[in-house]
Amino acid sequence: MTLIAWEIFARSGLFSQALSPPLEAIGTSLVQLTLDGSMIKNAASTLGRVLLGLSLACLIGIPLGILMARFRVWERFWMPLVSVLMPIPSLAWVPLFILWFGIGDVTMIVVVTYAATFPMIYNVWAGVRSVSPIWLRAASSMGAGERVLFWKVVIPGSMPYIITGVRLSFGRAWIAVIGGELLASPSWGLGRIIFDAKEFLNSSVMLAALLVIGALGLLFERVVFQAIERRTVARWGMIVGWKQ
Amino acid sequence: MGRLKQLAVDVAWTLVPFLVLGVLWEIVARSGIYPPKLFPSLVTVFDALLRLTVSGILWVNTQGTLLRLVLGFLLAAVIGVLLGIAMGRYRFVEDVFLPIVSIGYPIPGLAYAPLFVLWFGLGDLPAVLLVGIASSFSVIINTWKGVKAVKQIWIRAAESMGATDRQMFYKVILPASLPYIFTGMRLGLAQAWRILVAVEMLTAVSKGLGWMIFGAQEFLATDVMLVGIAMIGAIGLLLEKQVFKRLETYTVVRWGMMTA
Repeated sequence: MTLIAWEIFARSGLFSQALSPPLEAIGTSLVQLTLDGSMIKNAASTLGRVLLGLSLACLIGIPLGILMARFRVWERFWMPLVSVLMPIPSLAWVPLFILWFGIGDVTMIVVVTYAATFPMIYNVWAGVRSVSPIWLRAASSMGAGERVLFWKVVIPGSMPYIITGVRLSFGRAWIAVIGGELLASPSWGLGRIIFDAKEFLNSSVMLAALLVIGALGLLFERVVFQAIERRTVARWGMIVGWKQ
Repeated sequence: MGRLKQLAVDVAWTLVPFLVLGVLWEIVARSGIYPPKLFPSLVTVFDALLRLTVSGILWVNTQGTLLRLVLGFLLAAVIGVLLGIAMGRYRFVEDVFLPIVSIGYPIPGLAYAPLFVLWFGLGDLPAVLLVGIASSFSVIINTWKGVKAVKQIWIRAAESMGATDRQMFYKVILPASLPYIFTGMRLGLAQAWRILVAVEMLTAVSKGLGWMIFGAQEFLATDVMLVGIAMIGAIGLLLEKQVFKRLETYTVVRWGMMTA
């Protein structure tokens, strides 16, 4: 249905064909770009940036979130900063970061990390706080030490939130990387393809890149995160799994 | 007295982190690691804030951004609620639109920006359309889920008591799906806000905070850029804390559908 609607729209001449190419043109450029390897290379560098930024966000966000939830002082110090910095869209920083770090990978990774860290901190913090006090009391009355309590109760107990945090962070990072690539135009990247294609009115290439972006986003959301969820929290019976 | 003391402690605790951050910023700014042009001291930034406020530039740009946000979000809310309800109620609409929505949802709205510029030119039209469409997806999906999640028992109860189609819609389906619709709108507004600034940079609107930041880059005016970012942060915070929490308290919480 969607495809037919697009074909009618494309061939209707409402916009010229250079602006809304028919499906076969999009398909052709998709195949062409994949075969000459440029699509794969661009997609790989975009994904690389997202994953690196996301890992950095986890490295910062998870410990900070846990510390904030466990110790009052940490929470009181960091919470105001987090709640003020979180609503600033990461992309607003891009022009400034370009001046600071130049055009290229460093800027991109800083932007992605900025976008991904805050949802991470927030969810980990909420997750650790949500661990039911009864579990903690039960475990400590059975003689669990601080260490056991942390690894066996607190971490698994807050896992659903942590995974939600990673998921949200990925979504944010994904938006940030595409936006960043459009604005800072590093040498490779899916955003860069779109940006370049615009200069040459190559809308079939743009749409092909859009399709790849959508497909990769969907792949991560549906396949990767759901698999992680099934392996961990669904198996522990903390949430009702996707398809039991 | 104890209360007052508590208040003072709270205020102090809120201020301390910013003071620490400010001092760190000043140290970096004055240390000369970066040239002052790139990493201005807070005095310069504050100066720029005053200058821009007095000359009205900041206000004009803020107005432009807010107007675009409101228009884009209204567009998203109207499209989203109507389409979402239609999808939830009519099988045919669901069959047609669900695939489109599920493909469109994971694509960051910003990626369409260059395409929209080609289609609609530069300026306000593509910016508002883009923000509207990009943020409509979460409204659509949540509204659709909400309509689908209305308890069958409520519908049957209303039916057996002789509710007309119209009553059914206004008295049962709409209130029951409202918590979902609000969630969708809240997500949509947050999304609209996150991409709006970048959209302004890409579509070259005439007035807007994003454009102010982007334009300032050309002149290496980092102080102006930081003022813009601070303003954006303030608006974002206000949106988060005030607008939606209030809306929720007035409606769904009052009806007892959700606890605050």
